[in-house]
Amino acid sequence: MAVLQFREAIRDAIDEEMALDENVFVMGEEVAEYNGAYKATEGLLDKYGFKRMIDTPISELGFAGIGVGAAMNGLRPVIEFMTFNFAVLAADQIINHASKVRYMLGGQVQVPVVFRGPNGSAGQLGATHSVAYDSMYAHFPGLKVIQPSEPDDAKGLLKSAIRDNNPVIFMESEQMYGLKGEVSEEEDYLIPIGKAKVKREGDDVTIVTHGKMYHVSKKAAAELEKDGVEVELIDLRTIKPLDLDTIIESVKKTNRCVVVDEAHPFGGVAAEVGYLIQREAFDYLDAPVARVTLPDVNAPFAKNLFDIWLPDAKDVIDAVNTVTYRK
Amino acid sequence: MAKKQEEAVFTPIGLNKSNNGKLDKAVELPDPTDTSYKDLGLTKQDLVGMFESMYLQRRFEERAMQMYQKGKFGGFLHLYIGQEAISTGSVWAFNDDDDIITAYRDHGWGLVRGVTPEAGMAELYGKTDGCSKGKGGSMHFANVKEHFWGGYGIVGGHIPLGAGIAFANKYKESGRLAACYIGDGAVHQGVLHETMNMCQLWKLPCIFVVENNGYAMGTSARRHSVGEIVDRADAYGMKKAVINGMDVFTVYEKMKKIAEEVRKDSLPWFVEIRTYRYRGHSMSDPQKYRSKEELEEYQKIDPVERMKTFILENKITSKKKIGEIEEAIENRVLEAIEFAENADAPEPEALFEDMFVEENPIFHK
Repeated sequence: MAVLQFREAIRDAIDEEMALDENVFVMGEEVAEYNGAYKATEGLLDKYGFKRMIDTPISELGFAGIGVGAAMNGLRPVIEFMTFNFAVLAADQIINHASKVRYMLGGQVQVPVVFRGPNGSAGQLGATHSVAYDSMYAHFPGLKVIQPSEPDDAKGLLKSAIRDNNPVIFMESEQMYGLKGEVSEEEDYLIPIGKAKVKREGDDVTIVTHGKMYHVSKKAAAELEKDGVEVELIDLRTIKPLDLDTIIESVKKTNRCVVVDEAHPFGGVAAEVGYLIQREAFDYLDAPVARVTLPDVNAPFAKNLFDIWLPDAKDVIDAVNTVTYRK
Repeated sequence: MAKKQEEAVFTPIGLNKSNNGKLDKAVELPDPTDTSYKDLGLTKQDLVGMFESMYLQRRFEERAMQMYQKGKFGGFLHLYIGQEAISTGSVWAFNDDDDIITAYRDHGWGLVRGVTPEAGMAELYGKTDGCSKGKGGSMHFANVKEHFWGGYGIVGGHIPLGAGIAFANKYKESGRLAACYIGDGAVHQGVLHETMNMCQLWKLPCIFVVENNGYAMGTSARRHSVGEIVDRADAYGMKKAVINGMDVFTVYEKMKKIAEEVRKDSLPWFVEIRTYRYRGHSMSDPQKYRSKEELEEYQKIDPVERMKTFILENKITSKKKIGEIEEAIENRVLEAIEFAENADAPEPEALFEDMFVEENPIFHK
């Protein structure tokens, strides 16, 4: 095991896939000469040159579409958005084209494109830089949506994403790029898309989470342990396809579940997972499924308001206390 | 006494404007070429082939329209009638492996790039033998094997796809160019400008062609565009041309020259081909936004009739032969209708096919 920062795991995954397949290239704002806005592509220009590391103008819609067209015509683009908050400008290409072209042409093309970049909030950046879009993309058929929480998952899943022959949304977090973690040194380390991971075993309550909220939940689980509550912590890693089996197996054991999701409450991962648990494990539940999400409010700037807005470990502990009837 | 203020006007006024009885055409056609077909490098056989292709596109759509009106199939039906010289002249000018992508007025493009009348008609009917297995319908004809990447339904949505196809051609040094055909309405989508900037900056072997048929749905070009459409190229330092799209020789001549240049120097072009659509935007269009006189003006220079007249006047082939070709095409189209009517609808399982590349993908339930 090597200890790597999250950004280094991302870079290594891209590096390895570029070395294996000359059709893999990277395109986005500041990816080449600047070495990546968050240094996730550092050193790749030196190694692969200007043909395969392409700096774009600030034209998300245009370069996302060029990526889709290039993928249709045999390349494997890795398209970086500086944040998925900016990818909203490219939504026509991701939602109307990448996810639909194959279907509407009766299978005549494939679109092996990866759209990657940070998702969700990153401190006091105001309302337009703070949205988590994973649920939105997961809504649309034809897309796979991944959001890892640790460097090891990031490396193995990004390699799988680049190798996937379908369009994949791969989401990171500005606040996790510096996070260190052990990463497998196995040669050609691949983690299958669509598999959640139980990262902490426990019998009392299941927490289902992903991305940055995994770390919030992990902190809450450590606090709760001191109080004698054993949390089973599931990191979804892939939002779509959702690994329902792992969730249901755990809920059948713990009989209680909290979903922690860095999204607004309406129609998000928390809503979906809550519905699926009642459908698949209704008789096993000892309490209604609880969720911890953002409020139905835009991100504020003021520090005190922001801290109320973003879920923290205390919110998770409160939710666990509710489903365990400890308060 | 206060002066009476005029009411504010935003969009320029259309047909209600007084023009003193003058015909206010939506587009002005440049002159057709006067180069002889021989000097263009075309043979008599080519001319007959071009006529056949244009006549097939015309009859296919006229019959499709009848079937649509009889309620034989649903969805949209955007007809290319009047614009056939563009698809035909372009395809004759390009190499067979040059890439073509277009918008939803795509039947003619499919037919001229290898979609058989049977596969085309079956697609309109939503049958499994359709060129897109009945998954796309009228707006999504495609024949990717023969480098026709399909028709797209979001106005301007396929513009960066065309550039992306060109990008891959340059990346792989395939020697192929990509030609992206859009309507005059798509010129005002922001993505065109993002894409033109990148194409010029990155030297992509791509030709953007605006088929200016005078109307973005029901809004005439004079009412939706500032200045001339082709001049958009100037902002990006892109090479440009305006072409008469009612004359197949002109389209062929100019597109061939442009294609050769693109292949040579890998720089994009922005081309406005002026044409006219005889039918409505789609089948539900009452066409109240244009005059009968305007339509008649263009029907006098109909590209299919024009080619036929040229062939007969210059004795390229006999009247009898032309009659035989017309009859054969008519029969082929009728057979295609019969084929489509008798073809199988997709099996229910097909609903879940072609979503993902892998054989057993997971669908969320």
